[in-house]
Amino acid sequence: MKFPIVKGAGYVLVNTPDMLVHNGSTQTTEKLTNPDSEYLKGLAEHIRTFDDVVAYLPNQVYIGNLHPEKLKEYDMPWFDKESPIKERFGKYGEIMPQDEFIGLMKMADAFDLVKLEKKFAAEVKQKLQRHPLFDETDIEKIKEGLGIEEITKQIDEHHAEGIYMDGKVVGCVKRAHDIDINLNAHTMFENIVVKASGALALRNLIAKNGLDPASIEYVIECSEEACGDINQRGGGNFAKAIAEMAGAVNATGSDTRGFCAAPTHALINASALVQAGVYENVVIVAGGATAKLGMNGKDHVKKGYPVLEDVLGGFAIMISQNDGTSPVIRTDLVGRHTVGTGSSPQAVITSLITAPLDKGNLKITDIDKYSVEMQNPDITKPAGAGDVPTSNYKMIGALGVKRKEIDRKDLMSFVEEHGLPGWAPTQGHIPSGVPYVGFAIDDMADGKIDKAMIVGKGSLFLGRMTNLFDGVSVIMEKNTGMEEKESVSKEEIKKLIAEAMRGFAETLTDE
Amino acid sequence: MDLENQNRVKDLAEKHGAENVVVVFGAAEAESAGLSAETVTNGDPTFAGPLAGVQLGLAVYHAVEPEFKEAVDSDVYEEQVSMMEMVLDVDEIIEEMTSIRNDFSKY
Repeated sequence: MKFPIVKGAGYVLVNTPDMLVHNGSTQTTEKLTNPDSEYLKGLAEHIRTFDDVVAYLPNQVYIGNLHPEKLKEYDMPWFDKESPIKERFGKYGEIMPQDEFIGLMKMADAFDLVKLEKKFAAEVKQKLQRHPLFDETDIEKIKEGLGIEEITKQIDEHHAEGIYMDGKVVGCVKRAHDIDINLNAHTMFENIVVKASGALALRNLIAKNGLDPASIEYVIECSEEACGDINQRGGGNFAKAIAEMAGAVNATGSDTRGFCAAPTHALINASALVQAGVYENVVIVAGGATAKLGMNGKDHVKKGYPVLEDVLGGFAIMISQNDGTSPVIRTDLVGRHTVGTGSSPQAVITSLITAPLDKGNLKITDIDKYSVEMQNPDITKPAGAGDVPTSNYKMIGALGVKRKEIDRKDLMSFVEEHGLPGWAPTQGHIPSGVPYVGFAIDDMADGKIDKAMIVGKGSLFLGRMTNLFDGVSVIMEKNTGMEEKESVSKEEIKKLIAEAMRGFAETLTDE
Repeated sequence: MDLENQNRVKDLAEKHGAENVVVVFGAAEAESAGLSAETVTNGDPTFAGPLAGVQLGLAVYHAVEPEFKEAVDSDVYEEQVSMMEMVLDVDEIIEEMTSIRNDFSKY
């Protein structure tokens, strides 16, 4: 079977301190219910600078400058340690500051809903001119801008959502309709953020892997927002809007949703489309979630931490036809949580982990690395949610003990050897399974690992349509070369050369 | 504990009588199990939900506690919960749940 391959991955973070304060759901809820709260008053003191965000160990891992294994060398918490590498640009992507991202939101704005203040627009244009991934055509989309009075008027009188920088209004997102809640300023703000951060991830995927955007035939967007209007709330689609913004002129696409499990659903769907020969190159991409900024802020502030959920996440991965070298996606070894699976952790882990292993006659220990929900524990531990990746690895190991593939006393060494510390921001879909894909490509190329399992899980019940949970998983494996490649033996080569020489000699004698 | 779940517990206690309701928790951390248990016994400690200031005093157990384990079919327990027994800090959970029961449970 000719399996599809993972051609490359791109990962981006966007530091958005003001959006955390003004658009994160924890903060907006607090403003509504308890506007004079101590939390809101003290929040500013817990916001990190861009330099701190860049020097944060998990962020340098996310963009590929540090391997996740390196995190094991640092005691927790990590926020007070400095990364040995403090680069804004990384092997797989970049960390973008908020002002540049606001400029990018304007570039993403197809309906002239984003209004920027004159001086700010000029400054951000200048900054973006130095960015390696944007050219004049992109930057020209940032127009001259408006006076601050016009912008505040839009916010105060016309329900526009403010865009802030260093605590000051520098622009706004206007509503796209006067009564349609699916086109109000709040929703348009969130959706433009998804489009802009998704496009940034796709542009990084293309640039960091030397890909041709015109070679992309299909895009699957797998974040957690919905775009549409009063007659079709989730009509779609982010995929094509993002493809357009990244110059993927030959692509169409669609959006796939499944809460945090969506990226792994998208990975399997993309692999199937490529393996079936429908498309040669399919990209999966997701932008970030403004609502989740500062989600655990109250706990962070209470425990004296900086508010660590100060970045939006984005990623893009390209799946292509087998090239004989890049890691393959084993579409024959897929796990899925079915309607009948049940919701106990044991049933979930069995369906996602051991069911695909059994199809390939594999043991739990045959997978070198499991990529589960790779949430950064620096964020979740102070919020009382524990270390999510470690809990997942313990569950996988415990199932191994029950299957008698691991000795009970070796449970923790299994976690150590087959797991990884978490490094991804808690943006729902962003930490789920996919953050390791970029490293897996490199680790397989370097001969460090042969097999990785990508596991995505999603809390469907949050949508109140079902009490069910969801998840899918798939195995990524080192490429053993083209199975059906036509090989030519040494003898045949000798024969061919001899024939060519004879022919050549004959032409000489004829003359 | 989310507001909707607080509402459901409150409604069930009113409908069936608080003495007839047992709440079983499955939270992975002792701290979060304890907070939820406190909510349905002594009231919502965050004063945000419908159980703020409502002392239902319900009976509370965690799925890995021996009381629950003894009360259910052992085959089902083996199939559904035994793996998590290996993963969770059971002692810490028992300690937390016992203290909530001693302090706030009326039944």
